[in-house]
Amino acid sequence: MSPQLDILKGNLDLMVLQTLQVMGALHGYAIARRIEQISGDAILLNQGTIYASLVRLQQRGLIRSEWGVSSNNRRAKFYSITQHGSHRLASSAQNWQQLSLVMARFFAAQKEPQQ
Amino acid sequence: MNDSLRAFLSRLRALFSKASLDRDFDDELAAHIELLTDENIRSGMPPDEARRAALVKLGGVEPARELHRDTRSLPFLDSLLQDLRYTFRTLRRDLGFTTFAILIVGLGIGASATVFSVVNTLLIRPLPFRDPTSLVWVANSPDALGLSDQSMQVGHFLDLREQNKSFSDMAAFFAFYGVGDNKLTGTDAEPERLTSVPVSQNFFSFLGVKPQLGRLFTADECKWNGPRVVLLSYGLWQRRFASDPNIVGKSLTLDDQPSTVVGVLPASLDFAAIFAPGSRIDLFTPFPLTPETNRWGNTLAVIGRFNPGATVPTAQAEFTILSKRIAHDHPERNDLHASVAPLSSHVSGRLRPALIVLACAVGVVMLIVCANLSNLLLARSASRQKEIAIRAALGAGKARLIRQMLTESVTLSCCGAILGLFFAFLGTRILAHLTSVSIPLLSDVRMDFSVVGFTALIAILTGILFGLFPAFQVPGITLHDTLKDSNRGSSQGHGHAWIRSALVVSEVALACVLVVGAGLLIRSFLRVLDLDLGFHPERAAALRIDPDSSYDTQQKRNAYFTQALHSALEIPGIEAAGLTDAVPLGHNRSWGVRGKGQVYKRDEYPDGYVRIISDGYFKAMGVPLRAGRDFNERDDLNSQKVIILNETLARFLFPGQDPIGQIVKADDPERTVVGVVGDVHHLALEEKAGNEFYIPIRQTEDFGSVDLIVRTSLPNSQLVPRLREAFKTIDPTLATGTLRTMQQIVDKAASPRRFVVLLLAGFAAFALVLASLGIYAVISYSVSQRTQEIGIRMALGASAQKLQASILLQTLSLAAIGILIGIASSWALARAISGLLFGVTATDPTTFVGMLILLTAVAALAGYLPARRASRIDPMSALRSS
Repeated sequence: MSPQLDILKGNLDLMVLQTLQVMGALHGYAIARRIEQISGDAILLNQGTIYASLVRLQQRGLIRSEWGVSSNNRRAKFYSITQHGSHRLASSAQNWQQLSLVMARFFAAQKEPQQ
Repeated sequence: MNDSLRAFLSRLRALFSKASLDRDFDDELAAHIELLTDENIRSGMPPDEARRAALVKLGGVEPARELHRDTRSLPFLDSLLQDLRYTFRTLRRDLGFTTFAILIVGLGIGASATVFSVVNTLLIRPLPFRDPTSLVWVANSPDALGLSDQSMQVGHFLDLREQNKSFSDMAAFFAFYGVGDNKLTGTDAEPERLTSVPVSQNFFSFLGVKPQLGRLFTADECKWNGPRVVLLSYGLWQRRFASDPNIVGKSLTLDDQPSTVVGVLPASLDFAAIFAPGSRIDLFTPFPLTPETNRWGNTLAVIGRFNPGATVPTAQAEFTILSKRIAHDHPERNDLHASVAPLSSHVSGRLRPALIVLACAVGVVMLIVCANLSNLLLARSASRQKEIAIRAALGAGKARLIRQMLTESVTLSCCGAILGLFFAFLGTRILAHLTSVSIPLLSDVRMDFSVVGFTALIAILTGILFGLFPAFQVPGITLHDTLKDSNRGSSQGHGHAWIRSALVVSEVALACVLVVGAGLLIRSFLRVLDLDLGFHPERAAALRIDPDSSYDTQQKRNAYFTQALHSALEIPGIEAAGLTDAVPLGHNRSWGVRGKGQVYKRDEYPDGYVRIISDGYFKAMGVPLRAGRDFNERDDLNSQKVIILNETLARFLFPGQDPIGQIVKADDPERTVVGVVGDVHHLALEEKAGNEFYIPIRQTEDFGSVDLIVRTSLPNSQLVPRLREAFKTIDPTLATGTLRTMQQIVDKAASPRRFVVLLLAGFAAFALVLASLGIYAVISYSVSQRTQEIGIRMALGASAQKLQASILLQTLSLAAIGILIGIASSWALARAISGLLFGVTATDPTTFVGMLILLTAVAALAGYLPARRASRIDPMSALRSS
């Protein structure tokens, strides 16, 4: 796997977590839709990849799942974030914000004329 | 719990709940597609189009499934499990092959694991003492044969202990303890003769042994004429005293005198297994290191413990100097040439070459097993070509196919290893219970973790080794040809026909090496059994009959001896009876001995093995009288002091003269030679007699034990009650438990050699069977491949005899190459076992020719069966079968 894709994978997991944190319990399709809506189609190449992310998160105990019924009466599996997941999300989000601030400053600095 | 550990565990779990996880995910995907389709319909697509778009959006069902599967589980393990399931299915289908393969791997691994456990116990595992690597055996002289040369005088021991700087401490035990030295009476049970070892006060603390009950000896108890105390061995405590927890402080009647039990030693101390293999030690008594015991001469077996930094060479250098100085300071003492060696090599060093030979032999057996299975797998892979080709056509990669084949072979060898562990368990149990085999530590041989680990390693290595050829044969199978080809062709066989022939040739060669080695050792063993020992062990038996304490003067004891001999001779069926203090192949002591007037330098002073005997001994043992007369009852205190020499000593002391009537000085009085007897192999079966001399028991008090030797046709079961009856008046507490036939004694002395020979012969036989099976398999395979060709030949008029002959010729030429290589390697390797041989040279032509004939005969037989089958092929059906 190329390093770029690897970074993508980790970020996808984080986006799923954030989605569940904000939206509460959702099924896989709804999570995929939500990520598409927010990110444009840049992150999800196809919706099937969302399930790999969900398996990874569940195996780490960050989310849990439960079969239920959707708003239009379809049986679907609903995922929700665990307490462990919330903690992990909080610390990851903080890291991300710090990192993106720093990165933004770097990129801004590059554009300044040389002294 | 750590996140990644948690993830790993749930991945592992996922391996085993595959079906339900798959179903669950399928449901989830279906829901996803439906939700997506619903939405597409809502946005105005026609239903068909909506569903198609949904599938595209998802990226396809199958990729999603695969991604899900790989993510949730461990893909490598998953495919391994798949391979294993497939393996078990194919192996179950071919039950005959599977059973056979598992059986021979099982036998091979069982043998390897058993030999490993012996090697592990004797050569690898440290002795069961505290800090065993620092323990050193200190012999009195470097290449000691008899006990007197091994052991040291008390004064020397004390001086060495005090003056040396190499050892932190030294301890000793009395080397001349005898089997059944002490008679236990006064309990409810039968009187019994026990074996006790007198030890120096520090002996057990020196070895790091703590008593199970009670305490060790005190300094007071180790004084001359100190209080009589004993330590019980764990075995005696269990057996005779029913593990009585209150035994400490109780009094036993030993040799008619009370002795106090001060303690019980732990089960972990197996003195006999280390220092006196094949015997039983019951008790330990204190041995005083005093001027009194110093006068007894060389008595102590000595062990030292290195100071940190000391090594064998440095200690040897110090002890050589110390020995010279002490010997110089004490000309009144015996010689001293102290020689140090690691205790472990003293205990099992003598067996090291034999064990190495056994280990190599078992390695060769494993190689033959591998070659054999390789061959079988090759034959199988030939008949499985289609299956493999189909798998390849369906997309299995080369690596995956090779892995599948290796999985099969390793699975086979691991199943074999489980069976092998079972065999090894039986094997080690049998070995550990061979009480009559005098191999040190044999009773400690058992299965432990190192044996199981070794087995696992061997199993995997074996599996990879014998799977390698067949596995790499796989990619060579070309898809197109194989699938196109019907049953007709045998063209594929050419590539690995020669591999299979090479495997058989190497099997025969390896088996040849083993068979020749075993042949040489068997011949040596027969030579040893055939030896003229100088006495006739058959129909002779020995029983301890030491006079008890009521015979308290030499006169009374002499009267006891006379009466004992008369009583024994009165028993019908006893032809001869005599007494001795040294039963052959047991303990030995040697004294200086010279003819009157002969002068020798100190270091050249001749010595000889001394035996204190009575009249009738030579007749009972079957030792031939060469000249002069036997002792008789009148050779007692009041008559002329006499001595009998063996031929070697007579020749040495009086070369070219008549020894009868010469005066010899050995112990105190000068003695007149009255007879010369034949040499007796007294030290060991394979050792020559050396100088021996005999002193009448009625003319000395210098003996530690008395054995009655009888020559009789009575079986033991009748001999025992009759002896007890005959001794009723003179020794009402005669303990008959120690009755041993001389044949038992000889067998025990031959037991280490027999042990090695039996194992090696077993391995060789197994190798021979495997090699013949290998030949049989290859030849019958080639016959079955050539069925049509044979059919055509027969249809064209070839005779059955001619066919048989050509197939036999094929067999024998394979075997001949193998035997040639095998004989050449044996010739080179036999020198390595020359140290184990006796009476045959390493290149003994009889053995080589004999084994050549044996191997050829076996090969011919293995080839004959398929040849006969080939000659019975019906040409019509053979041609029609395609």
